[in-house]
Amino acid sequence: MTNPLRGEVIRLYKNLLYLGRDYPKGTVYFRERLKTAFMKNRDVTDPEKIRKLVDRGEFVIKELEALYFLRKYRAMKKRYYDPEH
Amino acid sequence: MTARVLVGVKRVIDYAVKIRVKPDNTGVVTDGVKHSMNPFCEIAVEEAVRLKEKKLVQEVVAVSCGPQQVQETIRTALAMGADRGIHVEVSGKDYDSLGPLQVSKILAALAKKEEASLIILGKQAIDDDCNQTGQMTAALLDWPQGTFASELVIEGDKVKVVREIDGGLETIKLNMPVVVTADLRLNTPRYATLPNIMKAKKKKIANMKPGDLGVDMTSRVEVLRVDEPPQRQAGVKVESVEDLVSKLKEAGRI
Repeated sequence: MTNPLRGEVIRLYKNLLYLGRDYPKGTVYFRERLKTAFMKNRDVTDPEKIRKLVDRGEFVIKELEALYFLRKYRAMKKRYYDPEH
Repeated sequence: MTARVLVGVKRVIDYAVKIRVKPDNTGVVTDGVKHSMNPFCEIAVEEAVRLKEKKLVQEVVAVSCGPQQVQETIRTALAMGADRGIHVEVSGKDYDSLGPLQVSKILAALAKKEEASLIILGKQAIDDDCNQTGQMTAALLDWPQGTFASELVIEGDKVKVVREIDGGLETIKLNMPVVVTADLRLNTPRYATLPNIMKAKKKKIANMKPGDLGVDMTSRVEVLRVDEPPQRQAGVKVESVEDLVSKLKEAGRI
């Protein structure tokens, strides 16, 4: 029997995989850790627990987006604006 | 309500990539190098999309000039929330000599064709650092310009722009139609997520050539050579104060 949350988990995995392409330490580094993190919870069947884990994944997405934005912003600021500002 | 916003987006080498100069000093290596949207263009797109979300504008059109690959950049703009794209195809020799003047001619022609009342551009691109396209576009259209914007407010048929100038901010009010160029602090651009990129594939990208717009692509600028910035000289360690003083004297610092 397939879990009804299966699609959602796969979507989360895909979205994270896509975000990993911009990861500062490299796509491969990110992908390995992403896979390990998902495989660690492969035996979780309780819908409530899965929901919690998916929420955690969504949170990681938000954090990654913020990380990428800040990294870019800092790089731009360093390159184009006076250091004292 | 403003009918249409035109946003120019440029595909540049990604900001995180280490730039390498070609051995023959004719340019930089672009083959097999990661490209992405110019960060300042992202800010411009974000501002246009925010205006649309506030229902101050009806439509956001993303424009890019270049070879086939710039469609990816337009796609990113569409994923961020632009409604449709225009790809002005410029390739080969014309693309190599494509400069701010040619792009601004294209943008000016498109602004007239699309009846845009606002053009938002990034203040400059991180590859050529020209910082000219917005100014030239405004000049060609004979529209007012608000450059280096760190705040943009639409007030009826006027636009209030807060500009970043040396040592402070300048607030100006301009009549529409107007050209605005985005500075770094204008907003925080959103990330083009995978689901949005997928959804953006349904949005339309019109394809045209500079000739369709009656734009002459000849460039009057010739690149003589491109060089890497000078390498920092290695330092020396000194053993004692006397050593330091003598070394400084040698270098003519004291």
